[in-house]
Amino acid sequence: MEANTRGTGRLPAAFLTPGSSSFMDFLADHAPQLLPGARALPEGLTIEAPHGTTIVSAVFDGGVVIAGDRRATMGNVIAQRDIEKVFPADEYSAVGIAGTAGLAVEMVRLFQLELEHYEKIEGTVLSLEGKANRLTSMIRGNLGMAMQGLAVVPMFAGYDLDLGRGRIFTYDVTGGRSEERGFAATGSGSVFARGSLKKLYRTGLTGDQAATLVVQALYDAADDDSATGGPDLARKIFPIITLITEDGLRRLSEDEVAEIAVSVTDHRRNQPDGPQAPLL
Amino acid sequence: MSTPFYVSPQQAMADRAEYARKGIARGRSVVVLTYADGIVFVAENTSRALHKVSEIYDKIAFAAVGRYNEFENLRIGGVRYADLRGYSYDRADVTARGLANVYAQTLGTIFSSTGEKPYEVELIVAEVGKGAEDDQIYRLTPDGSVVDEQNTVVVGGNADSIGTYLSQRHQVGLGLAEALKLAVESLARDPNGGSPRTLTAEQLEVAVLDRNRPQQRKFKRILGNQLSRLLSGDSSAEGEGEGGETADEAGAED
Repeated sequence: MEANTRGTGRLPAAFLTPGSSSFMDFLADHAPQLLPGARALPEGLTIEAPHGTTIVSAVFDGGVVIAGDRRATMGNVIAQRDIEKVFPADEYSAVGIAGTAGLAVEMVRLFQLELEHYEKIEGTVLSLEGKANRLTSMIRGNLGMAMQGLAVVPMFAGYDLDLGRGRIFTYDVTGGRSEERGFAATGSGSVFARGSLKKLYRTGLTGDQAATLVVQALYDAADDDSATGGPDLARKIFPIITLITEDGLRRLSEDEVAEIAVSVTDHRRNQPDGPQAPLL
Repeated sequence: MSTPFYVSPQQAMADRAEYARKGIARGRSVVVLTYADGIVFVAENTSRALHKVSEIYDKIAFAAVGRYNEFENLRIGGVRYADLRGYSYDRADVTARGLANVYAQTLGTIFSSTGEKPYEVELIVAEVGKGAEDDQIYRLTPDGSVVDEQNTVVVGGNADSIGTYLSQRHQVGLGLAEALKLAVESLARDPNGGSPRTLTAEQLEVAVLDRNRPQQRKFKRILGNQLSRLLSGDSSAEGEGEGGETADEAGAED
């Protein structure tokens, strides 16, 4: 086929050239300027941009839950109170993002498209491992920006149809991937959220219990980390909670989350530090 | 070197059109028709893996007859076009009209370029709208013509006789089972007036663009038990599988 041909309206040759099933590979060949990591920043420059903070996730019987608070901060300023940090990646997986919000949201968009594109071209879905690995290479592509302070640290959770259980993967800025057992937290409030999860998590949770668990953990993160937002009862801004099971992905409605958030907050009035685990 | 024969442009184009038409006429047909909830695609296709009907984007699907490698090439080009466009602008900016135009330009350029053989394919690009009046169906021929079709369209061998039968019997607002039954009836007819063939679920590839699907992506393959039940006239199979069963799953079952 002739090379050509912007201008005639014909599909450019790159579109009709047999190649990989990856949308990212196609972009890299055809329109590299659209890849998130492709933009170089001047040396030594640091930019202050809104950052997203805490994401928590937990495995329960028959699935996995992933949730995020709603605060974005820029330095000591609250940049946005209702930012979304948990996104569906496809029918059986979701990605939560901590780090530079602008880059992270763009990365998620490309990641969603990457999975969908593969599925349409190949006629089958990627394995959960395959999806997790694609995310690794995207983070690695952002390493240059990460070194200048614009890091993106996602968490990936999904239902593995082959193994029949929920799984969680966390990443570091270099793209290092690790699978977590049971529960995980990432972002600035993650130390506090992880402590909370560690004390409250147990095997055999139901989906509803797991949803309550992640709200407790986010509450604890917000309690001790100024960059993490707690449930905003006055403005009715609550965490975003996504449940993924064999039936697919479901984001809890605002009313459902509000109910959990209100009951957690109510309990905290009497017990500000939350539920207590036995000493021994 | 001998002097080449003079061939008039009219004759050259007619020859190329004839060549493409013959290639297409060898294959089995694909039928596309509207029903109450969207657009249904029915193809005679015994393969579970090599599709004649596919998803392009949220509300857009693609059906084709002719040479597999050629229409597969165009299908992938279309997916890349749609995904790139949706990524650069917004998902709402990917339209069947835009895609049909790009295909038309591509097919037209190939058809009139002396260096290439014309593609032996006929395509359908369809988009499901918010309501029945917004549904769009485009048919593309190997020379790059685009035809804006209403309600029913057929491409492939015997397209004319199947198309006439179908358009005479099609009504707006058919249920899925009724629409499917009509499509299968029209595909099974013998163009020479003999008795109709019997087409089973295994010989059919069926997919819908269902405007009522809760997901952003409206394309769904109808497979296995649900297809058998619909073919046997059990209309309770129509609404099943919503929410849980998805295009992903459909792909994974192949």
